[in-house]
Amino acid sequence: MSTPTLLPEGEPQAGGLRRGRPKYLEVRDLSVSFDGFRAVDGVNLDVIQGDLRFLIGPNGAGKTTVIDAITGLVPATGSVNHTGTEILGRKVHQIARLGVGRTFQTASVFENLSVLQNLDIAAGSGRGPLQMLRRRKSIEPAVEEALEIIGLEGAAGKQAGILAHGQKQWLEIGMLLVQNSDVLLLDEPIAGMSQDEREETGALLRRIAASRITLVIEHDMDFVREFATSVSVLAAGKVLSEGSVAQVQADPKVQEVYLGTSGTEGH
Amino acid sequence: MELLIGQMFAGLSLGSVLLLAALGLSLTFGQMGVINMAHGEFMMAGAYTAFVVQQVISDAGASLLVSIPAGFLVGGVLGLVLEAVLLRRMYHRPLDTLLVTFGVALILQQAARDIFGAPSVDVRAPVWLQGNIELLGAPIPLTRLFILGLALVCLAGLVLLLKATPLGRRIRAVVLNRDLAETSGVSTRRSDQLTFFIGSGLAGVAGVAVTLIGSTSPYLGTNYIVDAFLVVVAGGIGQIKGAVIAAFALGVLQSVFEYSTTASIGKVLLLIVIVVFLQLRPQGIFSLKTRSLA
Repeated sequence: MSTPTLLPEGEPQAGGLRRGRPKYLEVRDLSVSFDGFRAVDGVNLDVIQGDLRFLIGPNGAGKTTVIDAITGLVPATGSVNHTGTEILGRKVHQIARLGVGRTFQTASVFENLSVLQNLDIAAGSGRGPLQMLRRRKSIEPAVEEALEIIGLEGAAGKQAGILAHGQKQWLEIGMLLVQNSDVLLLDEPIAGMSQDEREETGALLRRIAASRITLVIEHDMDFVREFATSVSVLAAGKVLSEGSVAQVQADPKVQEVYLGTSGTEGH
Repeated sequence: MELLIGQMFAGLSLGSVLLLAALGLSLTFGQMGVINMAHGEFMMAGAYTAFVVQQVISDAGASLLVSIPAGFLVGGVLGLVLEAVLLRRMYHRPLDTLLVTFGVALILQQAARDIFGAPSVDVRAPVWLQGNIELLGAPIPLTRLFILGLALVCLAGLVLLLKATPLGRRIRAVVLNRDLAETSGVSTRRSDQLTFFIGSGLAGVAGVAVTLIGSTSPYLGTNYIVDAFLVVVAGGIGQIKGAVIAAFALGVLQSVFEYSTTASIGKVLLLIVIVVFLQLRPQGIFSLKTRSLA
């Protein structure tokens, strides 16, 4: 991976990389309807490479649906532009191959396959059938590196189904790394984790987000305060507020619909 | 003793035919969840392939060896066409799939009647498969031994493909979690097509095999389709090892029942056994943890 640098915290604006030409994800007027109900209603989002953006909001705000729409799992209207390439309307696996990767709310790994095989599928999704009939003996360097980054070197041969919950989440992130995703869309990566696992995950996020476009859905406000460089608040399918954690928390609209109603929301 | 061995082998032999018929289904129905009523007609197509090949290559031995890959190809291509033209539009509508593939089965039967005529045709078995060998005094027909061997080879090939190759891992990954496979960049379309090709191809091979033990008619498939589904369901959907156990268990049971009663009563007894078994264990012998199939 490229040199990971800790991102400065508490910036007033979503910044991202200041040098060169950073990659970006530009979401415009994204809308998703389920039987007439607008679950996502004209969402605009800009996430720049190097920014660790958190997407927060009350239950049912449409956070997961935004990610589903960007990754093509639900049909949506509007536009999603990944550094000059329009990705909306493409097939799910094509979007993935364009570098847009995601994790799922419930830790989703291929349970009956080993950790290594999980990573291998993500790394080799573009290989053709004939190429895939040969057994390969060596481990790809990228896979090895990912194993090290997610701290699962010792569990490479284990069946993914028996991993601890936190390890499954890390494996999912590792799969994104080996499939060369430069857009990471993470759906509640620390849900159900112990305090230690949260800290480790936060550190992991910082390392990988430094060189990528990262959007994390999270409920835990302590975690958001500690690790977010910028925050977007979603409520009733619309972006309500955007900025640093402090700015967003000070926004009266946000306090009204989200923070004010239940204090520091647990889950 | 001879009788016992004879009956046991008759059961194993029946089981191996069932297994051949069910192996492909365990992929298309078991792994993908597609109810393909035309699977039996893919077998029939494989059987007629053997017949056609023998018209071209008159040496029965050579024609059999050519027929097996040819039957796989014919079955596989039929499967690919069916998947591409019809099934992919209705992956989430099992009932529609059932009706549509039943219609396709009827069309294929009529097509076979038009091309080859209604009377059944025979494929000659090669000389080296004629006759019996003695096993502890019981005569074992060589053709049946060959089918048993062919079933085991197909089984080994399929297991090897699924377990040991990256391609097989990808097929399993798509079954385990479709969404995750897609967001990992795997084209589930391609994986579906390939799975269907292989599953249907195996039906073609099964069709070639049954020409050795009986004549080939346009309705050959109807003899096998129900039993093949029974094997897959009783074995546990998506579980190849379950299908293997179920196929041989059903084969042995059927031959025991048929010997101790009559063919029809034997069949009835067998169905009762299966119904009772599925009442007690609806998930079959083995069950698979997946999101796609309940």
